[in-house]
Amino acid sequence: MNYISIRNNQTLRIKEIPESAYLSFMDMNVGLVSGFTDRHCVNYFGVEEGNFVKLICCIADDATHEIMVSSCKVQKGQSLASFSKEMYCFERFEREIHENFGLNYPDHPWLKPVRYPADRSDKMQTMQNYPFYTIASEEVHEVGVGPIHAGIIEPGHFRFICNGEKILHLEIQLGYQHRGVENLFLAKKKLLQRTTLSENIAGDTVVGHSVAFAHVWESLCGVDVSRDIAFSRTVALELERMAIHIGDLSAICTDIAYQLGSSVFGRLRTPIVNFLQEWGGSRLAKGLIRPGSNPFPFTPALAERLKKVLDLLEPDYNEMCEKLFDLPSALSRFERTGVVSNEDAIAIGAVGMAARMTSLSRDIRSSHPYCLYPELAHVPILKHHGDVYSRVQIRRREVLQSMEYIRKLLTEVPIQSPQTEMKMTLQPDSFCLSLVEGWRGEICHCALTDANGELMHYKIKDPSFHNWMALALAVRNNEISDFPICNKSFNLSYSGHDL
Amino acid sequence: MLSNLKIVLHQGKQYIASPTTVEVPGIFRGRPVISTQKVDETKLVEMCPTDAISSHPLCIDLGKCTFCGACARLFPDKISFTKEYKMATNDRERLIIKEGEDQAIEVNPDTVRKEIHRVFGHSLKLRQISAGGDNSCELELNAANNVQFDMSRYGIDFVASPRHADGIVITGPITQNMAEAVQICYDAVPDPKIIVLVGTDAISGGVFEGSPAIDRSFLDKYPVDLYIPGNPAHPLTIINGLLDLTRKKR
Repeated sequence: MNYISIRNNQTLRIKEIPESAYLSFMDMNVGLVSGFTDRHCVNYFGVEEGNFVKLICCIADDATHEIMVSSCKVQKGQSLASFSKEMYCFERFEREIHENFGLNYPDHPWLKPVRYPADRSDKMQTMQNYPFYTIASEEVHEVGVGPIHAGIIEPGHFRFICNGEKILHLEIQLGYQHRGVENLFLAKKKLLQRTTLSENIAGDTVVGHSVAFAHVWESLCGVDVSRDIAFSRTVALELERMAIHIGDLSAICTDIAYQLGSSVFGRLRTPIVNFLQEWGGSRLAKGLIRPGSNPFPFTPALAERLKKVLDLLEPDYNEMCEKLFDLPSALSRFERTGVVSNEDAIAIGAVGMAARMTSLSRDIRSSHPYCLYPELAHVPILKHHGDVYSRVQIRRREVLQSMEYIRKLLTEVPIQSPQTEMKMTLQPDSFCLSLVEGWRGEICHCALTDANGELMHYKIKDPSFHNWMALALAVRNNEISDFPICNKSFNLSYSGHDL
Repeated sequence: MLSNLKIVLHQGKQYIASPTTVEVPGIFRGRPVISTQKVDETKLVEMCPTDAISSHPLCIDLGKCTFCGACARLFPDKISFTKEYKMATNDRERLIIKEGEDQAIEVNPDTVRKEIHRVFGHSLKLRQISAGGDNSCELELNAANNVQFDMSRYGIDFVASPRHADGIVITGPITQNMAEAVQICYDAVPDPKIIVLVGTDAISGGVFEGSPAIDRSFLDKYPVDLYIPGNPAHPLTIINGLLDLTRKKR
């Protein structure tokens, strides 16, 4: 087979990535994923090389803990057979390649724009003139929602086609949040600027994205970080998961008009984010993670403080959960609402909670572990029904699991390594891929450097990139009034998708 | 029923009694103070990720600052971030902190439009627009109305329709793809109306400054009534800023 197997966070020379002709490149990558539920595509993107585009495809194997990387060079504007026709999970990656480089896939199931980037290949396509999918019938009506939504959330457009109250089809149009993050990674040359950018990819996943960036950077510079840094990152990742999951439980209660749950879960999130502020000065952990260094060491005093925070939080959290999961009026809204089948989750390449809700075990913490996760021997929490209830249950249990992990870590706070200014230079002509399990799911950052050791290409994939399709499938045949809880139970990122 | 009461009992009183004077826990990077000590200013100016620091005299522009605190770590005797969360003002120039200056940042009541106190002094309904915001300021705006910060006790709320709103709150650097929606939303708000910018990204573009995917021309057309700095802005910065704008008497 014409690919190279690497581990998570491993750097290799670009020329070590085998190159094949397009058709064998396609057959190989499609063959790698079809029929194997423990393999999926973590990233597939193009890099501009003059009049050519180098396509790089990365398939992760959860069983062997390896990532299979292969490449192919094609001419710009060329027409190609699509991967998506064989395996649907490539569809958004191919749409992105089409949008950025003008490569055509005549047999792609639906080659619509992804995010209307400022440097797209076809400037004639605009958000204003996009033809939405329609169904010609007197029986159906359309409902358009957004880009600005009722609450304080990010923008995106949802176009529903309904028969009465029932949703037949939902088309999700994104791109409103596009800020050109990937290009800014190249344009801004200072490391601190790039670190800041990584924190601003999605402000609800600050730790997830900044850890992924730090891993890429350290690996490309050949730097190994000390245990205390890995410790801080693991704790921060789990705290972020707890804070957002509890906040989501609050928001889900709001969406079913359950006031008590909404206010109790809402206030239970606060001690966690306030602890992050006590630790690093920001409630959302901005400024906490830095490549190669640890600006805010996790001291034994902080450990004592965090133990107290968790001890106070746990009984109230459990009490509220027990109440919520005992409430017939809440359960009737959760159960069998917004179902995604296991087959569909596999077909669209769902990751994170959106995979685990249908017994599909996808969790980078166990399949491609990093930081201190190998020691924690993480076992993913799985549910089987793929409905709102499964997603809510996963959150409930993951909060407790994170709490358990943090407590385990706190029993042995590592001694701080001396803070030395490390010289960090990128290795030339290299490629690195980093996978991190954010609270939403798998985050993938890839970087390529040129002959001078300068960043040449930076590619970010938020888990939402896969999972927006899961939401579109989940709402089919549901009442439109259930859309808010379906949406909230996924809580996908707009900015992480639009970049 | 009993279990409900137990939960309510354990919940207790959560609200912060005085959001205008309460102290924030732990370390917090609020309004910075710059000492008059001599340091390598070129290095200091160079290191800032968003060019918020400039020299002659040395100042930090809080409209550009991401509050990462890197400058204070490298030059601890020169720059320190206080725990002062009141940083909102209606005067863009006031966000620029100069060397040797240790003054509260405030709304200048003399330059607040006359109708703002009269019309919005007791009730203010706002329509939030995320225009490339990364969901951090959005989370903090939501937190401003949770049971702890409880901003609605002052009659300040967020509403769904711009038709019901007294003004717009913009987060994010304003992307090209959102520019039209921002304009349509603003036009739909009845007069008199205010514009509030929350967060560094909204005030200056922040780390996204210079990206071709950003279109900030909306802000050239209308005066901004309040700047609330932060990355993201703290709920207390938001609450105090809005109170100062609508209630502070000269």
